Amino acid sequence: MTDTSQISKLLNLDNDSRSDLHKYIELRFIREVELLISTKYKEQVFRCPVHLSVGQEAVAVGVSWNLTKSDKVISTHRSHAHYLAKGGNLFKMFAELLGSSAGCCGGRGGSMHIFDKSVGFIASIPIVGSSLPISSGLAMAEKLVGSTNVVVAFVGDASLETGAFYETLNLASLKQLPLLVVIEDNGYSTYANKSVRVSAARKSRSLIEGFGIKFLSGNGDNLDEVIEVTREATEIVRHGAPAVVEFSTFRLLEHCGPNNDDSLGYRSSGEIESYKQRDPLIPYFERIESPEKTRLDDLISDYVAGQFQRAFDTVKIEYEKFQENFRP
Amino acid sequence: MRYSFTESIKMALDHTLQDNKSVMLFGLGVGDVGGVFGTTIGLQDKYGASRVFDIPLSENAVTGMALGLAIQGYRPIMVQQRSDFSFTSAEQIINQISKTKYMSNDEYEVPVVIRMIVGRGWGQGPTHAQAPHAIYSHIPGLRVVAPSSPSDGYNLLRGAVESSDPVIFIEHRWLHQTIEEFEPKSESFEIEKAKVLVSGSDISLISLSYGVLECIKLAKVLSQFGTSCEVVNLRSIKPLDKSTLLESASKTKNVLFWDIGHRDFGISSEVTRVLHSELFSRLEKPILSFGLPNEPTPSSPFLASNHYVELDRALLEINHHFDLGHSPEELQDSRQRLFPYKSLLRDQPDIGEVGPF
Repeated sequence: MTDTSQISKLLNLDNDSRSDLHKYIELRFIREVELLISTKYKEQVFRCPVHLSVGQEAVAVGVSWNLTKSDKVISTHRSHAHYLAKGGNLFKMFAELLGSSAGCCGGRGGSMHIFDKSVGFIASIPIVGSSLPISSGLAMAEKLVGSTNVVVAFVGDASLETGAFYETLNLASLKQLPLLVVIEDNGYSTYANKSVRVSAARKSRSLIEGFGIKFLSGNGDNLDEVIEVTREATEIVRHGAPAVVEFSTFRLLEHCGPNNDDSLGYRSSGEIESYKQRDPLIPYFERIESPEKTRLDDLISDYVAGQFQRAFDTVKIEYEKFQENFRP
Repeated sequence: MRYSFTESIKMALDHTLQDNKSVMLFGLGVGDVGGVFGTTIGLQDKYGASRVFDIPLSENAVTGMALGLAIQGYRPIMVQQRSDFSFTSAEQIINQISKTKYMSNDEYEVPVVIRMIVGRGWGQGPTHAQAPHAIYSHIPGLRVVAPSSPSDGYNLLRGAVESSDPVIFIEHRWLHQTIEEFEPKSESFEIEKAKVLVSGSDISLISLSYGVLECIKLAKVLSQFGTSCEVVNLRSIKPLDKSTLLESASKTKNVLFWDIGHRDFGISSEVTRVLHSELFSRLEKPILSFGLPNEPTPSSPFLASNHYVELDRALLEINHHFDLGHSPEELQDSRQRLFPYKSLLRDQPDIGEVGPF
């Protein structure tokens, strides 16, 4: 689960509660992080490519809702939400994106390579499809030691266009690996609509069931549905069989970078407007009955900004040292 | 005891599986009756199918699986019956396995060994006879080793499994039938040091894998003519054991490098760079390099015989390049006396197995 304990403390909330309020806090927390990155990115603060998850938060939160700390997650280039939802450390993530040695990979990886074993977030692998083979090995190791841990591989819909996807499915089915593949279908690969990449006749369900693997799907905009579908899927996997779940979702911003991409014309303004109607945060905000409701967003936003400032101050000192020591 | 190279590889696998429960062995053919040219026969029965097993024909996925296992604390050994097949898993090797330790800020160790068997002869041709050690040596994060004898095979394989870094293990198919007497050690397996196999004072013959056997033959022929050659077996290609190479080259001041892969843009360029950067003006002659020409390996035995450097051509070039002044006819006679060619077709080794292989 997302580490929102500091926010809970500020609100005097029981951090273990799994109320609608908590669901909203997790979603909002991740949203605020991504929006802050988007804002600061334009100021040239983060000097690495970023793939933001604005709009896709519910899948990350809902899947990890069913995971324990010892379960393992592997992700892709778009991994901020997955990392935070698995309990990742926001300061270490900001520091990583800023190129600081205090980052979760010491600044070696940047946004596209988030590794943090301490929270079971094994790696993010930004070559599409490439995380899946690795996930099969992680899962085989869990099976060999007889654990009930689940290995979750988050992938985008374009991974179904790679050979690695099918090689891994066969391997997972053959060896009955405790692997849960979570497909986030946002309908796009970079700036291309799926319709130019994938035959309209292709059906993920029959492809995956063809390997003898259980396939489930759901609406990725609806956190409760993601939680329920993933609960069923993780049950299957904890009993020793692989499963695949597919969630429809959307990304509000461009493929890589901090901006809206309305001007590019590959998706209509109507389409983007319809996404805004689907925003996964709205229903949970409406359900909140807490007296804190009015200041909730500000409080989360302030907390995120505070963590950013800590990381920024850290990297500022490093930069000063770098300037002192740099000899061309 | 006398062991063939095949036996020494099997023994190294057996001992390492025995000693360390986290070692696993898999690849196409590992569990079948052929057992990867006999090197894995019986190991599945002995250690069980969860540790030793055949794989789907999905080398890319299985290579990534090896990485996932290594991150979780296992020490997988993967086998590629032909190194050419490794290019189907190059994405995992080059983008993932080699970089995982670095990307994790040294949090993860990646003790993956990939045995890559280099084919030669009997029509292997363009896609079954490539030697990819230069390609993998180019990638930071990978170690590359190449044995040239049964004891080398045993020691380097055991050392590779002990290493916490990924190791590409280059295994030449023509070494399998070679035989050597040695006692297998049970610890301290050195995988970074080159070895001087023959001491000499006039020319350093530096090589790797099967090329070392050719250099030993060259040294024997040339010694008949009073030219004293030193034969250096690289063993470790990446990292290069610079001190052993520099020591030999600064003594002889003349260097031949013989590669089993393509000559251009390969290890010979690297060896030349290293030696020139330290010994440039002290060498008597430019470094001479032998390797495969800049074209794919042909299948036809006639075409392939000209593709590989053979001993007579090597002797003539050495004689000319280093101004040795020996009689070309006498060199050839001596070679024929000491190492008779079974056939003019150079598509199978003169000693040991005949094709198909």
